[in-house]
Amino acid sequence: MKKTTIATALAAALSLTAGSAAAQISDNIVKIGVLTDLSGAYSDLAGTGAVEAVKMAVEDFKAKEKPAYAIEVVAADHQNKGDIASNKAREWFDRDKVDVITDMVTTSTALAAMKVAKDKNKIALISGAASTRITNEDCNDVTVHWTYDTYAVANGTAKAVVKQGGKSWFFLTADYAFGQSLEKDASDVVAANGGKVLGSVRHPFPGTDFSSFLLKAQASGAQVIGLANAGTDTTNSIKQAAEFGITPKQSLAGLLMFITDIHSLGLKATQGMYLTEAFYWDANDETRAWSKRFFDRHKRMPTMVQAGLYSAVSHYLKAVKATGSDDTQKVMAAMKKTKINDFFAKNGYIREDGRMVHDMYLMQVKKPEESKYPWDYYNVRQTIPAAEAFQPLSLSKCSLVKK
Amino acid sequence: MTEIFGVPIQALLGQLMLGLVNGSFYAMLSLGLAVIFGMLNIINFAHGALYMMGAFLAWMGLTYWGISYGWALLLVPIAVGVFGMVIERTMLQWLYKLDHLYGLLLTFGLALIIEGLFRDQYGVSGLPYEIPDLLTGAFNLGFMFLPKYRAWVIFASLAVCLATWFGIEKTRLGAYLRAATENPKLTQAFGINVPLMVMLTYGFGVGLAGFAGVLAAPAFQVNPLMGSHLIIVVFAVVVIGGMGSILGSILTGLGLGVIEGLTKVFYSEASSTVVFVVMVLVLLVRPAGLFGREK
Repeated sequence: MKKTTIATALAAALSLTAGSAAAQISDNIVKIGVLTDLSGAYSDLAGTGAVEAVKMAVEDFKAKEKPAYAIEVVAADHQNKGDIASNKAREWFDRDKVDVITDMVTTSTALAAMKVAKDKNKIALISGAASTRITNEDCNDVTVHWTYDTYAVANGTAKAVVKQGGKSWFFLTADYAFGQSLEKDASDVVAANGGKVLGSVRHPFPGTDFSSFLLKAQASGAQVIGLANAGTDTTNSIKQAAEFGITPKQSLAGLLMFITDIHSLGLKATQGMYLTEAFYWDANDETRAWSKRFFDRHKRMPTMVQAGLYSAVSHYLKAVKATGSDDTQKVMAAMKKTKINDFFAKNGYIREDGRMVHDMYLMQVKKPEESKYPWDYYNVRQTIPAAEAFQPLSLSKCSLVKK
Repeated sequence: MTEIFGVPIQALLGQLMLGLVNGSFYAMLSLGLAVIFGMLNIINFAHGALYMMGAFLAWMGLTYWGISYGWALLLVPIAVGVFGMVIERTMLQWLYKLDHLYGLLLTFGLALIIEGLFRDQYGVSGLPYEIPDLLTGAFNLGFMFLPKYRAWVIFASLAVCLATWFGIEKTRLGAYLRAATENPKLTQAFGINVPLMVMLTYGFGVGLAGFAGVLAAPAFQVNPLMGSHLIIVVFAVVVIGGMGSILGSILTGLGLGVIEGLTKVFYSEASSTVVFVVMVLVLLVRPAGLFGREK
């Protein structure tokens, strides 16, 4: 008994001195954990490309700032399961001294891992996941939602399509939290802009054959069929809509699509579709320069998720340098104080609910004959200013937002 | 317009037709599984991966070597079949005397490896395969526009299924096969090369999966995960039909496709689970499956 008391006291004393003596950066290493989908349905839009983007951010920072401390990157596959994500996050924080976790591609993994980060007082920078829950009901002060969310993509695309005259809508919705959230956000936008929602059909996730659901959408007579799903569900829906002669009589609106989906389907099947993204590699010289470097390493052009990760990790590393510390609260305060200006975002900033606010872009997919070189897929139709792109704070359900 | 339970009869007929299309895929895949299980006593978990491989080979043939869809229908099943025979000779043949579990584990492992290789090479977003020009367009059936390609799927799979059933149940070669399953030692004693027959059977069974893969390529995206999405349902079909029953697996495949189609009309959220509900009900009443015989 006596022995343990002494041991505890000694340990406590040791940890005290360690805390004060450390040169602010704990054990002189800043460790970044990339928790992403390395093998499943979203491994093209995030996956190894996400890990590559983070490594690029670290290398660029090291080359420019020559920090006195080491920066390490570790990666793991969360298999799109919440329990795996939270176990891995816990293991990283407790055992491997990881300071920050990034990406998290599905809503379930993001919600699980950000909760662990909060418990352990570490930072979570989310890029791949889509749900607005991350910055609403489940928000916390150590999490930043960086790239996009269901509100932003639904808002951009639905508004544009309604303005083009697509007034009546029918939704084809993946039957889980993400799909329902996307459908709800888009329905609100359609109604607010004078359109009408005629109905919706929920399909099991993941699905292969969508023809039955598409026939229902066809029978509804709606001008626009909104695809509130993602990945292969979306690509299969688009392909089969063409087969059944639904397009071009009725038009499709992909509410969450990535450039890798367009690449997979080809321009013939997707031409003319509207979609909203946070990033397009071919937008300007800055995005081109970075994307070409990325392409040389990964052999594919970056998705917005991958580009957003580079931006998020760079911003984090700058905050570590500015504060000379990897203390969560100090770094987070610095991140929130500084504007984000890089190839990904101009004058971006982090709100109190954890939303990184920046411009979004409404794209239209090019016709095959308009595409001049590989990955030349979009016309940027409109820049959606940061102030309009994301859910206004007045509608926030986040407890951190003072009203 | 006439309605049944609030659904216009035209919509219902349309959905039945689509159910039949999906049922055709179930039938072809479960038929291959049933043939393999019947003859080899192997629960072939690699079936979905080989189906995916069939679709990929069709895509690769077209993209790299300009092999048209028609030729792919012929060549790909042969290629997949040969690949299967190599697996049978080098790995499976050592497992026949052991418990089913060993075959299941081995083929499951193979499925993971094959899928992993394709995923590593081609990513998961999928690759496009155009419908051949001859089969584009649609038939107006009055109640729906049935794309010609879907009609072709039903026709081709029914033809292949019936030919298989005929070959196994009505020909001399089929009789040898059935004899070899029933009593391999005695059949061997009559001078029939049983190991050769077993090898050919496995090759044929997975060749059917390859054929289904080529049929699927233009209808769905060619995707490394396409097999694993389907294989569980197909196993349920085999269990419902009765393990090893040829006719059973064909009829059950088509029937369940239709039931699934109807579920999509009335309560689409349950369409992925209805097959398993049916499976539970069937197992409660007839543990050997609808067409299976108790041993």
